[in-house]
Amino acid sequence: MNQQVQALPLATPSLGAARGFALGVARRLVPWLVPVGLVVAWQIASSLGWLSTRVLPAPVDVVKAAWRLTASGELWTHVRVSAARALTGLAIGGGLGLALGLLTGSVKVAETLLDSTLQMVRNIPALALIPLVILWFGIDESAKLFLIAVSVFFPIYLNTFHGIRNVDPQLIEMGRTYGLTRWQLYKEVILPGAMSSILVGLRFSLGLMWVILIVAETISAQSGIGYLTMNAREFLQTDVVLVGILLYALLGKLADLLARGLERWWLRWHPAYGGAK
Amino acid sequence: MTASPSPGVRLDIRGLSKRYGEREVLRNTQLAIEPGQFIAIVGRSGCGKSTLLRLVAGLEPATEGALFTDGQAVDGLHDDTRIMFQEARLLPWRRVLDNVALGLPEADRARGREVLAQVGLAERSGEWPARLSGGQRQRVALARALVHQPRLLLLDEPLGALDALTRIEMHRLIESLWLRHRFTALLVTHDVQEAVALADRVILIEDGRIALDEPIALARPRSQGDPAFAAIEKRILDRVLQKPAGTEPEEPPANDTRWTEGPAHALRWAV
Repeated sequence: MNQQVQALPLATPSLGAARGFALGVARRLVPWLVPVGLVVAWQIASSLGWLSTRVLPAPVDVVKAAWRLTASGELWTHVRVSAARALTGLAIGGGLGLALGLLTGSVKVAETLLDSTLQMVRNIPALALIPLVILWFGIDESAKLFLIAVSVFFPIYLNTFHGIRNVDPQLIEMGRTYGLTRWQLYKEVILPGAMSSILVGLRFSLGLMWVILIVAETISAQSGIGYLTMNAREFLQTDVVLVGILLYALLGKLADLLARGLERWWLRWHPAYGGAK
Repeated sequence: MTASPSPGVRLDIRGLSKRYGEREVLRNTQLAIEPGQFIAIVGRSGCGKSTLLRLVAGLEPATEGALFTDGQAVDGLHDDTRIMFQEARLLPWRRVLDNVALGLPEADRARGREVLAQVGLAERSGEWPARLSGGQRQRVALARALVHQPRLLLLDEPLGALDALTRIEMHRLIESLWLRHRFTALLVTHDVQEAVALADRVILIEDGRIALDEPIALARPRSQGDPAFAAIEKRILDRVLQKPAGTEPEEPPANDTRWTEGPAHALRWAV
């Protein structure tokens, strides 16, 4: 950013540096103008009574509610329950997707046997299964885990399969002529070659994971963020509902950051990710 | 040089043929190569020279004929042989030294470092392949081949994609490493000058058979400015180009189409 600023024609070096700094600061601040302005406007509108608290509570009230929930420990309990649900579902569905993707990608017989079936099942939206899932599992924990697992399965499965298939055949041939065993070939060539594709699948899955979690927790739950918000709705605590919504957003962002961190670490050899340092 | 130089293999190619469906790429090839000899195989593209190399490497099965190293019949990939491809084929997710040490036991990594120093890239051992130039990548690939102390090194046009200066550097490097390790070398190239610069014997393949087997008696290191060098290069090049498009009387008509598509090719490359 500084380089761009310095490239501008400037009158004198000292004045230029000062102006460059000011421009740099401005450029960082400008994107925040609109969101901060909106929150301020919202606060003013609520304070003046233009906005009913039943529609939208004042930002200050939302912060207060968040603080109250944090202080009582309630917030942490619910976040923990929700995160555990999401991650367990991801581990089951994602793990199965990875395993089956590796299998169908590497073994021709497995592909012939399984891939077309999985491609057919893929077209069923996970949410369409809800009535059936309730019949099967009732409305307890396993139903939620099942829904999450089903929905994260396919992005990881598909991307793993394609990743394995798109590994450079020249590298595989090289590995064979250099005396790698089957396992070494898999570990050194095929798996790393498929990794960028697998991580794309993971990022898709993480997005889906939160969506399905929200739906599942809204249907029925005795704990978790969804329970918190649905409960608050019954008591018309819009501030708590908003806290719940913001929590989901925060967790989603966190998961995405994590996935990007993984990409940066595992693909650090790739000029497009780690800058090949 | 700590280990005693591994003597190269004696390679015997007896009646080797390769057909892809109807098309016969290599027919009844006979070739005997002494241990430690440097052989260059030249020919126009599509003449079957790369196929011969892939058969010797064990990457593809021959349709007919057999291959012997030191008098023993071989079939499929063998551990004494390493191949250097047209592309470097480095694993982009492994650092340079890890690429060189690919498939080696952990204890032999020191040897990887040693060979990397021999190709002049010791200080780049921790680099990602993406950060290297084309010539450096091929040098890493050469180190990766040599670290296994092959007794037969196959080179499949490994310098084709490099610029002229880098190529001359690589000639010197390959020659010095060959003189040092004394493996048997089989180089496939379309560059007659490269063949004359490196080889003890230049073999011309035309339409899937050996058309010329020319020993090169020039002293090493060879200089391209040397009149004797130029004379040999010209003689071989003339022979490569001698056969005009599709007029070989003994050719079956099926093969003629390959030559008629491009009669006026660039001269030096004998494409």
